[in-house]
Amino acid sequence: MTVIEARGLSKSFGTTLALDAVSLQVEAGRILGVIGPNGAGKTTALNAILGLTPYQGELKVLGRDPWNERDRLMRDVCFISDVAVLPRWIRVSQLLDYVAGVHPRFERAKAEGFLAKTSIRQYSRVQELSKGMVAQLHLAIVMAIDARLLVLDEPTLGLDLLFRKQFYDSLLNDYFDGSRTIVLTTHQVEEILHVITDVVFINRGRIVLSCSMDELQSRYAEVAVRPEHVEKARELQPIQERQVFGRSILLFDLKTHGNLALLASFGEVRTPGIADLFVAVMGNGDNEPCRGAS
Amino acid sequence: MGITSPAGEQVNLNTESSAMPGSVPERINRQQTFASAEISGLQRMYWTIRRELWENRYVYMAPLAVAALFLVVNLIGMFHLPAQMRQLAGVDAERYRAAILKPYNTANAFLMGAYILVTLFYCSEALHSERRDRSILFWKSLPVSDLTTVLAKASIPFFILPLLTFAITLVLQFAILLLSSGILIASGQSVASLWTHLPVWRMSLLLLYHVVTAHALWPAPIYCWLLLMSGWARRAPFLWATLPLVAIAGIEKIAFHSHYFATLVGFRLLGGPSPISYMPSDIFPTDPMTHITPAPFLLSPALWIGLLLAAVFLAAAVRLRRYQGPI
Repeated sequence: MTVIEARGLSKSFGTTLALDAVSLQVEAGRILGVIGPNGAGKTTALNAILGLTPYQGELKVLGRDPWNERDRLMRDVCFISDVAVLPRWIRVSQLLDYVAGVHPRFERAKAEGFLAKTSIRQYSRVQELSKGMVAQLHLAIVMAIDARLLVLDEPTLGLDLLFRKQFYDSLLNDYFDGSRTIVLTTHQVEEILHVITDVVFINRGRIVLSCSMDELQSRYAEVAVRPEHVEKARELQPIQERQVFGRSILLFDLKTHGNLALLASFGEVRTPGIADLFVAVMGNGDNEPCRGAS
Repeated sequence: MGITSPAGEQVNLNTESSAMPGSVPERINRQQTFASAEISGLQRMYWTIRRELWENRYVYMAPLAVAALFLVVNLIGMFHLPAQMRQLAGVDAERYRAAILKPYNTANAFLMGAYILVTLFYCSEALHSERRDRSILFWKSLPVSDLTTVLAKASIPFFILPLLTFAITLVLQFAILLLSSGILIASGQSVASLWTHLPVWRMSLLLLYHVVTAHALWPAPIYCWLLLMSGWARRAPFLWATLPLVAIAGIEKIAFHSHYFATLVGFRLLGGPSPISYMPSDIFPTDPMTHITPAPFLLSPALWIGLLLAAVFLAAAVRLRRYQGPI
């Protein structure tokens, strides 16, 4: 089942094009990481999916039009758009009361179970909690909602390493069950590597690359080329070249150039890190994307 | 539907989660949540109004504080009551009545003042604070429509506060009456005339009527205008709401040497069409002798034009909230 289906999704702020005819399809049960530099259009894309911003083009989330049916859609969709959006004046118990009062899929006991494992007390006000605790609280609420799509926009921004790790661990262990769908963005690319099943690189409002992590690993190869082969290797048009400790590291897109056996004769072949890949792919924006995120 | 998707089989393979408290196997959860299923619009409205009261405690704290303060001040003055009552024994009925009613009318006037101030303050903040503290992003992540949210906020001045003012007045007046009676009895005087002149219940109902008609329904367009501007302005919503009104009045004054607009706004805020109730200028609206005359008030076109305008402002506020995010 298709959870998100976008065709020619565009959005402009004044003269700047935040989204430029983006097409994207996300199937149920995937965890999609949306990666891009600041101002690439990640948040705009997520806001469109959540019905927070109007857009041009065609967009269906769980079969609904997010802009016109946000409140209906939010019965099946959850999002954490920032670490600091819980109202500061509210008490934890009031927050649980309210969500239980308005959300048909919220299971209060479950949220209380998650909170019992933290040092958050029910009578505390949000403003008394540390930033990390607020993130835990928000996650506890979201995980107690039986939603079909969870959208996380920089959910761990400003949190320390320990909290970030716990955040993704509980997301995977306690929440993700294989039938739900998660879309997330973050700047800490390396941290979500083991979490996501699919990846979308987005730059200047366009999707530069969109494929599954499996595909990604079989499609790109990084070769630490021995000095004598550098010239020959360069002829195969690597998508990026960088120097590490005096060795040339060349990154190849196997789909368009080179074959593995030949590359192996130049030097050691490795799977590139996602950050290097990101830099390389962002470098040449005209890269042909592989279709379909699933 | 995703509920019975083939991937559902993986659910029970996820053994790590079963060690966590509160994470019963997903399938059972889903059945339970679907059994508890729907939440009515009325329930969402109820919880959203409660949320407003959690956030804006001054909505009930301010009138309560006014009432408490008034009670304390009265308590001090009450020790003069026996002497005062003896003095009043000789005067004519009308002056006697007026003297006895005075503290009650003053109490009512203070509570009406509290109603107006709280309402003006609340309406010029209501749709601004959630954008300022970014919590609008959280509220919008819940299945509550913009219509429900805006109506819940509008219900504070039009529904919650009048009822609250009524309840507080009733208790306050009753408390003053009981205390006065206690003091009079202690000094050996009769309390019969006090009780016959002070129908507390009727006076409180008159206050409710007056607050709803003269201070809620009649100035409704002003309150709804404030609500709309609180949802529109990026900062200082009260200024954005009032400055255009001042500007229009100023331009009119300079260009035409007239002040119709200023009169109109002032009349909306504090006046009211004459026949809200039968009240000669010296009788307070909650005086038990007041004859309420709802028909001419309800039939006056000015009321309905105002309410229509209020509805337009509210509809615009609902529409606007869809576009608004944190500021």
